[in-house]
Amino acid sequence: MIDILMQYFQFPFVRYALIVGTLIALCSSLLGVTLVLKRFSFIGDGLSHVAFGAMAIAGILRLSNDMLFVMPVTVVCAILLLRTGKRAKVKGDAAVAMISVGALAMGYLLLNLFSTSSNLSGDVCSTLFGSTSILTLTLGEVWLCAVLSVVVVALFILFYNKIFAVTFDEDFGRAVGTNVEGYNLLIAAVVAVIIVLAMNLVGSLLISALIIFPALSAMRLFKSFKSVTVCSAILSVLCALSGMIISILGSTPVGSTIVAVDIFAFLVFSILARLGVAGRKAG
Amino acid sequence: MALLTCRDVSLGYDGRVILDKLNFSVNAGDYLCIVGENGSGKSTLMRTILGLQKVLGGSIERGDGLRENEVGYLPQQTEVQRDFPATVWEIVLSGCQARAGRRPFYTREEKALAEQNMSLMDITAFRNRCYRELSGGQQQRVLLARALCATRKLLLLDEPVSGLDPKVTAEMYALIQRLNRDGGVTVIMISHDIASAARYASHILHVGERVFFGPIDEYRQSAMGRRFLALQGGDEA
Repeated sequence: MIDILMQYFQFPFVRYALIVGTLIALCSSLLGVTLVLKRFSFIGDGLSHVAFGAMAIAGILRLSNDMLFVMPVTVVCAILLLRTGKRAKVKGDAAVAMISVGALAMGYLLLNLFSTSSNLSGDVCSTLFGSTSILTLTLGEVWLCAVLSVVVVALFILFYNKIFAVTFDEDFGRAVGTNVEGYNLLIAAVVAVIIVLAMNLVGSLLISALIIFPALSAMRLFKSFKSVTVCSAILSVLCALSGMIISILGSTPVGSTIVAVDIFAFLVFSILARLGVAGRKAG
Repeated sequence: MALLTCRDVSLGYDGRVILDKLNFSVNAGDYLCIVGENGSGKSTLMRTILGLQKVLGGSIERGDGLRENEVGYLPQQTEVQRDFPATVWEIVLSGCQARAGRRPFYTREEKALAEQNMSLMDITAFRNRCYRELSGGQQQRVLLARALCATRKLLLLDEPVSGLDPKVTAEMYALIQRLNRDGGVTVIMISHDIASAARYASHILHVGERVFFGPIDEYRQSAMGRRFLALQGGDEA
C-alpha cells in the first residue's frame, strides 16, 4: 500500500492536490463554527451554486482565467446574503434557497444553450462534484490557493476576538460601538473566497459539508470557542488528507470520499460525547 | 448636566410611532426602572438609547463625560446563545471589545479588568465552564460581568430577571442594587415586575398610553402609579 502511495506521490499533480486539499480544508473549517452558530449553515451551498452559475458564464465568455470572474461575483452575492439579514423582505433561509437554486438553474441552462464542449454532462458533473479538477491543477493555481489560504488564516487570527464578539452577540457589539456590519462583511467575503477555492476540491454541491461537519463535530466535544475552532481545523485537515489518500488508493471520487470521512468523524465525536468524554473536559 | 437626556423623543419602527414626545433625564447614580404593558415600547426605547435604532424625532443627549457607545448592556438572551460553545472567560473578556477598538488582541489590563469583574459577580469559579451549561442566574451574572467590562458608568438591563426563580431573582436584584449603591453605577432597567421596581428604583418611567416620569415617591402618590402598583401588588400576594 505504501509502495502504491509512494508511486503516486512521484506525480507532481498528486502532490499539488494534497497540498491544495489540506489548505482548503484548513480554511473552510475556520469559519464553520461562526456560520453554524449564526444559523448560516446553508450559505456555503447557496454561494457555491452562485459560483457554479458564474463559472458557466465565464465558460461561455471564454475567459482564460475564470477565477477572476467567479471570485468577485461570489463575494458580492455573499455580502448581499449575509448583509440583508434581519431587515430583508425575503428572510435569510429563503434568500439563500432562492439564490442557490436560481444560480444553479441559470448556470445549467446557459451551459446547454451556449455549450462549447462535446462532453457537457461530464463538465457539469465535475463542477458539481469536483471529480477530477483537483488533479488538473497547474502550479500557478497551487500558488494562488496557497496565498489565499495564508490570507484567510491571517485574517482569521487577526480578527479572532472580533469574530467571536459578533458571533456571540451582535446587539451588544453594536451597543458598545463595534463595527458589527463591517465584520459581517469581512466574514461574508472570506466565506466566498473559501467557497470558490473549495469548489476545486469537492465541487459545488458538497462544499457545505466541508464547512459545517468539522465545526459540528468539534462542538460535540469541546466547550470553549477557541478549542472548538482549533479542533475543527485539525479535524478538517485530517479528514481531507485521509479522504484524499483513500480516494487515490480506492480510485473513488475525491469530494465525496472526503465528505464520507467527515461524516464518519462526526459519528465518532457524537458517540464520544454520549459516552461522557464531554463531561470531564468541562473542568 | 444629566448623564442622559431625552428631549421630545419619538420612537418606533417601520415608520410607525410607538412612543411620542418622551421627555426624561437620568443623572449619575440614578436607578431608573422602565415599566409598562407588553408592546408599550419599553424595549424599543432601550434599543433607541443604545443606538441600535434611530430616533424618529427629538434628541437623546449624553452629558457628564459619557461618550457615545459608553454603555454596559445586558440584553435578553437570544436563541443562538443557548447552545453557544464558549467559556465564561471568553464571554466576559468580549466585554472589553470597545476598549480594544481596532486592536486585534486584548491587553493585560483588559484581561485584569475581566478577572476583576468576574470576581465582583462571584463567577470566578466558573471561569472555564461552558456558558450553555450554567443555570439561568449564573448566565445573567456572566452577561452582567461582560457589561461591566464595557463601562462602570451606565448599565442598561433588559428584563434581567425574566425566567429566573424567586430566590435567584432576589439575588439578582440585590446584586444590581449593590452595583448602583456601592459601585456608583447608573442603572436603567426594563422590568415587568413593578413591585420590585418600586422597591429598588430611585426613578420610574412608566410608558404606555399615558406616560409618567419622576422619582419613585411621586410615582407612588400618582393616580397612575397607585393603580398599577395595586394591580400588580395583588398578583404578587
